[in-house]
Amino acid sequence: MSSSVTDTGIDFSFNRVAAMVRRYWYLLRSSWPRILDLIYWPAVQMLMWGFLQVYVSQNAGFFAQAGGVFIGAVLLWDILFRGQLGFSISFLEEMYARNLGNIMMSPLRPAEFLLALMIMSIVRLLIGMIPVSLLAIAFFGFNLWALGLALAAFFANLILTSWSVGIFVAGLLLRNGLGAESMAWTIMFLFLPLTCVYYPVAILPEWLQYFAWALPPTYVFEGMRALVIDHVFRADLMAQAFAFNVVLFAAASFAFMKLLQSARVQGSLLQTSE
Amino acid sequence: MDAQNASAIAVDQLVKRYKGVAAVDGITFRLAPGTVTGLLGGNGAGKTTTIAMIMGLVTPTSGTVTVLGADMPRQRYRVLHRMNFESPYVDMPMRLTVRQNLSVFAQLYAVPDIDARIARLAADLDLTEFLDRPTGKLSAGQKTRVSLAKALLNKPEVLLLDEPTASLDPDTADWVRSHLERYRAEEGATVLLASHNMGEVERLCERVIIMKRGRIEDDDTPDRLLSRYGRETLEEVFLDVARGRRQNEAAQ
Repeated sequence: MSSSVTDTGIDFSFNRVAAMVRRYWYLLRSSWPRILDLIYWPAVQMLMWGFLQVYVSQNAGFFAQAGGVFIGAVLLWDILFRGQLGFSISFLEEMYARNLGNIMMSPLRPAEFLLALMIMSIVRLLIGMIPVSLLAIAFFGFNLWALGLALAAFFANLILTSWSVGIFVAGLLLRNGLGAESMAWTIMFLFLPLTCVYYPVAILPEWLQYFAWALPPTYVFEGMRALVIDHVFRADLMAQAFAFNVVLFAAASFAFMKLLQSARVQGSLLQTSE
Repeated sequence: MDAQNASAIAVDQLVKRYKGVAAVDGITFRLAPGTVTGLLGGNGAGKTTTIAMIMGLVTPTSGTVTVLGADMPRQRYRVLHRMNFESPYVDMPMRLTVRQNLSVFAQLYAVPDIDARIARLAADLDLTEFLDRPTGKLSAGQKTRVSLAKALLNKPEVLLLDEPTASLDPDTADWVRSHLERYRAEEGATVLLASHNMGEVERLCERVIIMKRGRIEDDDTPDRLLSRYGRETLEEVFLDVARGRRQNEAAQ
């Protein structure tokens, strides 16, 4: 009989994390519509915004000089959006499968569960983004990978934000069941106008700019525009984004633990329907 | 060692209220290690809530639950790897094959030599030919056996079963009961079994706890219950308790 568990319950097992990643990988590879879905929407988005950019650039001098600003924005937005969606969908799969009770009753710790979901969000993201980034090169000559170190900084900050939002949504789902499912699909769209994905922060009314600068992705999208338009990598913006991300991640993790605690009080871990 | 720590499961003045309504209303019992106890009661009697609190999935409003010496749910990670359960309220992921599902849970429970353990359980529960089939393609009875296999993966010292034979044909159900008897005999596990099948409870359980409206109405061995109620079967005893006949007769 296993005796690898300490009294504190705060020990961490990468073996259990690997078990959960294996579980999601089995599910993903067993269903081609699931894999297609990872590529389909990012490709549609990229093509739509890419062709719009081609049209605008042929009619305005600024956009002719700042080629790639829309495609760059849409690809980075997809990292943020699909990162959260990948996290949340893996979690939702447990609810759809009525498997959450089995998992919560197992020795799997909440932190291990969350790490497995984070790993799967990256796996799902890469399955979707790699082909789409290659399409962007083929169709519009925009090479996301040429951003190099900047791309790594953008990606790290965006994925951290997506995980924070995913963790918070997972807590809501535990507490409220599938009644909170729509949050998983829609919550990130609140970030779309506020984080200034397609326009500079200066466009917003001054009072709204304070909210925008409190969100880590805003720094990333400003940084992307600085790189594409002015050819300057703003490390200061990335550092600020990271600082806000640390706070956001801690707050989301705290909220998750509180919502999990509340779910145990409400008895909603066994009954996870709406 | 005090009585609470000597028990495999100790439940003390346990209360669970949902929005002021008591689902479990001040129950107390202790289960000795290696015993099989039946938890009987009609729908809404509080059986599932009681089991959920023992598993640490639900936090009690008041009272305490101790499993293998650990206070639940606070110290649950001390003992979760020594427990397991089967319940109609949960399923195994349908798209994964039986082998994939069992191997994922075996890894979660840190089961040594996973392949051998799965092969042994598959042989014991007649699942070998279904191991590489998606779980969702199995019949209800086959799924129940897969859930039972999952519940036995880690050779639990405490096994909580909620209606383990509910969707099985009589032959398979009998076969599963035999397996549970053998498992208890070989491993010395403590089993708490919630069931509506009185024949199953009579056969498997040395003690029966009958719940009604969140309270324990009676708690004794099957033989003594039959004798006290003057009945031939536990089903008749259950009906007496459910319909309040015993209290009515006492009142007359």
